[in-house]
Amino acid sequence: MTAATLLPYDEVLARFDPVLGLEVHVELNTKTKMFCGCVNEFGGEPNTHVCPTCLGLPGSLPVVNGKGVESAIRIGLALNCQIAEWCRFARKNYFYPDMPKNFQTSQYDEPIAFDGYLDVMLDDGEVFRVGIERAHMEEDTGKSLHVGGATGRIHGAEHSLLDYNRAGVPLIEIVTKPIEGAGERAPEVARAYVTALRELMLALGVSDVRMDQGSMRCDANVSLRPKGQQEFGTRTETKNVNSLRSVERAVRYEMQRQAAVLADGGTIVQETRHFQEADGSTSPGRPKETSEDYRYFPEPDLVPIAPSREWVEELRKTLPEPPWKRRKRIQEEWQLTDEELRDLFNTGAVDLVAATVDAGAPVAEARSWWVQFLTQQANAREVELAELAITPKQVARVIELIAEGKLTNKLARQVVEAVLDGEGGPDEVIEARGLQVVSDDSALLAAVDEALAAQPDVVEKIRGGKVQAAGAIVGAVMKATRGQADAKRVRELVLERCK
Amino acid sequence: MTDVIRMTAAEVAAKIHAGELSAVEVTQAHLDRIAKVDDQIKAFLHVDAEGALETARKVDADIAAGKAPASPLAGVPLALKDVLTTEGVPTTCGSKTLEGWIPPYDSTVRRRLREADVVVLGKTNMDEFAMGSSTENSAFGPTHNPWDTTRVPGGSGGGSSASLAAFEAPLAIGTDTGGSIRQPAAVTGTVGVKPTYGSVSRYGLVAFSSSLDQAGPCARTVLDAALLHEIIAGHDPLDSTSINQPVPPVVEAAKQGMSGDLSGVRVGVVTEFQGEGYQPGVLRSFEAAVQQLRDLGAEIVEVSCPNFRYALPAYYLINPSECSSNLARFDAMRYGLRVGDDGTRSAEEVMSLSREAGFGAEVKRRIMIGTYALSAGYYDAYYGSAQKVRTLIIRDFEAAYQQVDVLVSPTTPTTAFKIGERIDDPMAMYVADLCTIPANLAGNAALSVPSGLSDDDGLPVGLQVMAPALADDRMYRVAAAYEQARDAAAGRTVLDQIPEL
Repeated sequence: MTAATLLPYDEVLARFDPVLGLEVHVELNTKTKMFCGCVNEFGGEPNTHVCPTCLGLPGSLPVVNGKGVESAIRIGLALNCQIAEWCRFARKNYFYPDMPKNFQTSQYDEPIAFDGYLDVMLDDGEVFRVGIERAHMEEDTGKSLHVGGATGRIHGAEHSLLDYNRAGVPLIEIVTKPIEGAGERAPEVARAYVTALRELMLALGVSDVRMDQGSMRCDANVSLRPKGQQEFGTRTETKNVNSLRSVERAVRYEMQRQAAVLADGGTIVQETRHFQEADGSTSPGRPKETSEDYRYFPEPDLVPIAPSREWVEELRKTLPEPPWKRRKRIQEEWQLTDEELRDLFNTGAVDLVAATVDAGAPVAEARSWWVQFLTQQANAREVELAELAITPKQVARVIELIAEGKLTNKLARQVVEAVLDGEGGPDEVIEARGLQVVSDDSALLAAVDEALAAQPDVVEKIRGGKVQAAGAIVGAVMKATRGQADAKRVRELVLERCK
Repeated sequence: MTDVIRMTAAEVAAKIHAGELSAVEVTQAHLDRIAKVDDQIKAFLHVDAEGALETARKVDADIAAGKAPASPLAGVPLALKDVLTTEGVPTTCGSKTLEGWIPPYDSTVRRRLREADVVVLGKTNMDEFAMGSSTENSAFGPTHNPWDTTRVPGGSGGGSSASLAAFEAPLAIGTDTGGSIRQPAAVTGTVGVKPTYGSVSRYGLVAFSSSLDQAGPCARTVLDAALLHEIIAGHDPLDSTSINQPVPPVVEAAKQGMSGDLSGVRVGVVTEFQGEGYQPGVLRSFEAAVQQLRDLGAEIVEVSCPNFRYALPAYYLINPSECSSNLARFDAMRYGLRVGDDGTRSAEEVMSLSREAGFGAEVKRRIMIGTYALSAGYYDAYYGSAQKVRTLIIRDFEAAYQQVDVLVSPTTPTTAFKIGERIDDPMAMYVADLCTIPANLAGNAALSVPSGLSDDDGLPVGLQVMAPALADDRMYRVAAAYEQARDAAAGRTVLDQIPEL
């Protein structure tokens, strides 16, 4: 595949206005699937979280998960949407092996939530309003694993394996209105929007929003129109852009690619494109000879959903603070720079830091532990930060021990790692491993004297004024105390003894 | 022929529960009858002798131990239409696509029958996926009408109705999407009931047209149908369209009807279901039945339902539309027939070849009609318009039930036609359901009770009695009263006149 020609970004903006449309799928974290009683859990042995209904066996029927409807309404309300007084599910008909019934139970012209907006905060603190067209309920499909072809693609595969564990997992699809007027900040707006949506879902507690596991997936529609033109240009849809950074890259790439085509007098083909993580490019999907006709019609196996206004108002009371307001508040309260704020949110540490601060730790230390060391640990262990086996209270305790001089930073990291390994709380680990800083001078002096006696030549050098030679003695003492001594104090004692 | 197989379900049950007959001997008598005559009738696709005898033995053991029977029909044999899933027992829907498929789960109807200790003898033949009015669309060959084995037993539930008329079972379960319980009942001289939509769970009923499908009881008497109705009906949380309300007291209503008095009951005769296109003998039988209702004290009123004439075309848009989507799942990926999987073809090609080989002509016809009717640009004209007609039909019923308690009509315009006679003429086949379809579109209750034999060909004719949703008890009362008066006047039952096989 030859790389597409790209127009320099400045030139794109000089000639065109970008218009975006973002479709985000969020998997709900309900205990069970949307239309059956199977457990809703990521992974698992293939085809173990299945039953007649989610396998689409003949005769099986769906029953709506009430918790799924509740989450959908809360999401709709948090996106400032209207909540339908009456709406139905619809069947979206198309054939695909990982879709058990060969139709997806979704919503069509009667979404549960519609006509809202989400205010998102850009990197410089400016707030941009993204219009929300609709949020609707649907079910996820199973997964296909193509074996034998290159890079797991269906093309050239010898055979495919199907796993229906994900089939029937509740999804909310959130569709923006056309995002206009973002100009050069279009890629940033796209990222900020998905970021804000992710924060909102976490704050609502309705989804794990793990983009790496596909519990949040973004399709980015991008089109360009010549400056001054009213009507939209032809759009492309880049599918499954699965990290926050990729959203920004994909939008930027498509802007530059489309601009090059248009500048060259070409036309944009309305198509689905795939994002390439490796180089940030997009490539065309399988060309569609005809536009898909999904033959939507109301799902006759389900009854209409008619949420009472009382229930909707009850749910409205459970809404969290809007993401951008929360950001502003936290930035002010904790006195963070824009960059610090971004790191805090991008690592997903904000709630953990807040809880650590609540447990008595200073903001700076709490932030530093979570954003740096613990984020590294989470990456190394391939888990989310929140899934690490340490509580904010335990982190606060470690910070306290450092402040009291009972742990050095180095020891503290060992303690935390042991906690993460499941060896118990910080105090238990210290006790069990005997890791406390040796601060008792009499114990240290014995070790110092022993080291001095073992290296009389070094003692001579120190006495002769070569103070830097003390390092050798300090090293010996640290070794003898298995690193538990405070090196600074050891040095002081060595110099005192050699006076 | 022993007496046991000619008894009504109520009589058999009474004898078993009183210890006068064992459930095992009753079951064995029916299994023997099936072995003897089913070569001629072909009502059954699968006979589960061991499963049936196991249930019968349990019933006998319970009675010997002095336990109360699990239900009024405990120990009574039944024939189950092969469109309802049965754990461990093949379920084919009369299609090659599902040949050999053994469901891993029970339909709610089967579960309720099991819990009631009803003895399920086996699975009955049907038009493929319940599409048809003659059972000729079964991939496994047609069922023959016990009145005349050169004729059809109706459809799609021809296997169930024929099993009753051939004395292979005193009870059966059918499913009725446009008349598939009532029309076979009419042409075999048996009773068939389509309960109110939502009163019998559709869980495990392999979907043909979800908004129309309804399972119901089939029997040789109205009371037997009522007894079975009360076992299979009731709310089921596994079916979202299941009605969460008490089942109407249909047994009590049937017993009330058997007292022979219909005074105060207003019966509406549907104007649109008479005249041209109806076999004269059928109309004469119908008129005699109406006279008998009048004699029982009912007030007879002529009622016009002008939109009923649009019911058939509307039905043939809604039903294929839902069918095209419901049958999409038969794609060879997870179960059922798989053709062309030789390692050189894509999944898409295998799907296509399997569907080509697995479905019969009528199924393909409906999938194509439905796919077309739901297509972008045609949806409003076809599916959308049909739904509007449906609303008009519901209003016609509502207006009619302002004036009368029940509506009556012939169940089907003719008696049983010859095997092969209409197979190449879909429109002629579809017309068999002309009178039964409106009740499906409206979701109302309706039944067919024999109104004797047609005087022009000596074959059974059915009287259709329709009632508003959740007023199933009304039609049971009227049908039971009529049935008793009919037999009293004739000095015998309709089935007493069936030729020996």
